[in-house]
Amino acid sequence: MKHLLSTQDLSRDNAILILDTAEQMAAVGDREVKKLPALRGRTVVNLFFEDSTRTRISFEAAAKRLSADVINFAAKGSSVSKGESLKDTAQTLSAMGADAVVIRHWASGAPHRLAATDWIDAGVINAGDGTHEHPTQALLDAFTMRRHWSALTGSGSTGGDLAGMRVAIAGDVLHSRVARSNVWLLRTLGATVTLVAPPTLLPIGVESWPCTVSYDLDQTIAQGVDAVMMLRVQGERMNASFFPSTREYSRRWGFDDNRLRALDELGMKDTIIMHPGPMNRGLEISSAAADSPRSTVLAQVRNGVSVRMAALYLLLSGDFREPAVQPSKETTR
Amino acid sequence: MTSFANTPIPARVVLNQADIDRALTRIAHELLEANKGPRDLVLLGIPRRGYPLAVRLAEKIAAADATVDPAHIVGQLDVTMFRDDLSRQPTRPPLATVLPQSGIDDKVVVLVDDVLYSGRTIRAALDALVDLGRPRIVRLAVLIDRGHRELPIRADHVGKNLPTAAVEKVRVHLTETDTVDGIPTDEVVIEGSV
Repeated sequence: MKHLLSTQDLSRDNAILILDTAEQMAAVGDREVKKLPALRGRTVVNLFFEDSTRTRISFEAAAKRLSADVINFAAKGSSVSKGESLKDTAQTLSAMGADAVVIRHWASGAPHRLAATDWIDAGVINAGDGTHEHPTQALLDAFTMRRHWSALTGSGSTGGDLAGMRVAIAGDVLHSRVARSNVWLLRTLGATVTLVAPPTLLPIGVESWPCTVSYDLDQTIAQGVDAVMMLRVQGERMNASFFPSTREYSRRWGFDDNRLRALDELGMKDTIIMHPGPMNRGLEISSAAADSPRSTVLAQVRNGVSVRMAALYLLLSGDFREPAVQPSKETTR
Repeated sequence: MTSFANTPIPARVVLNQADIDRALTRIAHELLEANKGPRDLVLLGIPRRGYPLAVRLAEKIAAADATVDPAHIVGQLDVTMFRDDLSRQPTRPPLATVLPQSGIDDKVVVLVDDVLYSGRTIRAALDALVDLGRPRIVRLAVLIDRGHRELPIRADHVGKNLPTAAVEKVRVHLTETDTVDGIPTDEVVIEGSV
């Protein structure tokens, strides 16, 4: 692997390699010395054109645990606000000797552009582009689910996939890169995905995605589900009226106290509730649900560091004079 | 003289199952002797083949001294992330590091590996150990010492010294990790010798 741009063309083998590597990286967090020398002397640039707390900090922690040098770049307060183009920014970083670029951009496809051009000769990791993909988030979600699933099914913690797991992804699918990345990755790993959203918050062409679509959260829960992932209502991207009121949204599509109770009444004691964060408490998820023992929100954040360590390690170690394994359409089908 | 450089030369078996077993039995007793008993002994195998060797050594130590529980003195030490050739080789996925419950602080840690060659794996293992704790003593036990050291490292316990040429390859096959023609086999072979 040279770049990690999307989960759509990530092969099953590579996905499991990342998850297995992350499992070993997670052990480092429990040690006395929480640092590995693997990427000593390498430089990782966090290139963030869009606001982010956990993703940037998570990548920074991951790179530092692997002993890489980290340069943080936020578009605010940089020459981007003076009108510098992506190309010039990339070439500047290249001249400074960046080995990997972690990029978040408001434009869908910006990481692909960076990886496909010769502007910069570095590994590119997509940390979220527009409403397109957020592969490391999907990988950390899959990692969290796999730990839960392997404990339930009694399979080993490494090498396995999510075959047979039923996952519901509910909320603002239209604007969610997390949902897109998860749909592709979970499909690859063998889980069954149901998207639950009001029709106005589903993208055009969703019927061609490898998942089922429902408009009714209660019905989806009643049919049985092993993980419910609530998506954030992305107010900052909503420039039209997608639902009448926040109260109506939270009653019909939010994970409220009633639905938390419904899980207990339906006997689904092992169903987990996930959220990629940041949460709008009271809108798409109630405080009781977010703080319940079913919630994996903090585990997801913790696992994020391990998964990003794995991605950085797999991208940055190894000999690039070899033909790099480019993720391509052929490897997935 | 005709060149044999391109003719495949059959692998030569230098240690068979009984030889490996005898060597391990001897090393197990040497460990007990050098340590004056099993006190504080911890065996850490380096993946992949050092680990099954460490398990076998622990069982032999337990057979010689009934107070020892083999499961409590064996661990696995992955050194992948500490190697100095990470950027020169294809990416290696890291493997698990598992320490015995008692940890390694103030213990007599014996690193166990199959072949000692350049010494670079052991250097990485020493670095990895430092991050995990502070053993009282660190020793090294290997099944094969084939020479060609690139670092000032030596083994305390050696199953067999095997003088080799650099072009030759020493392959250790263990029933736990390898099959030869589909059958799990214990043997040490030299390939590529002239």
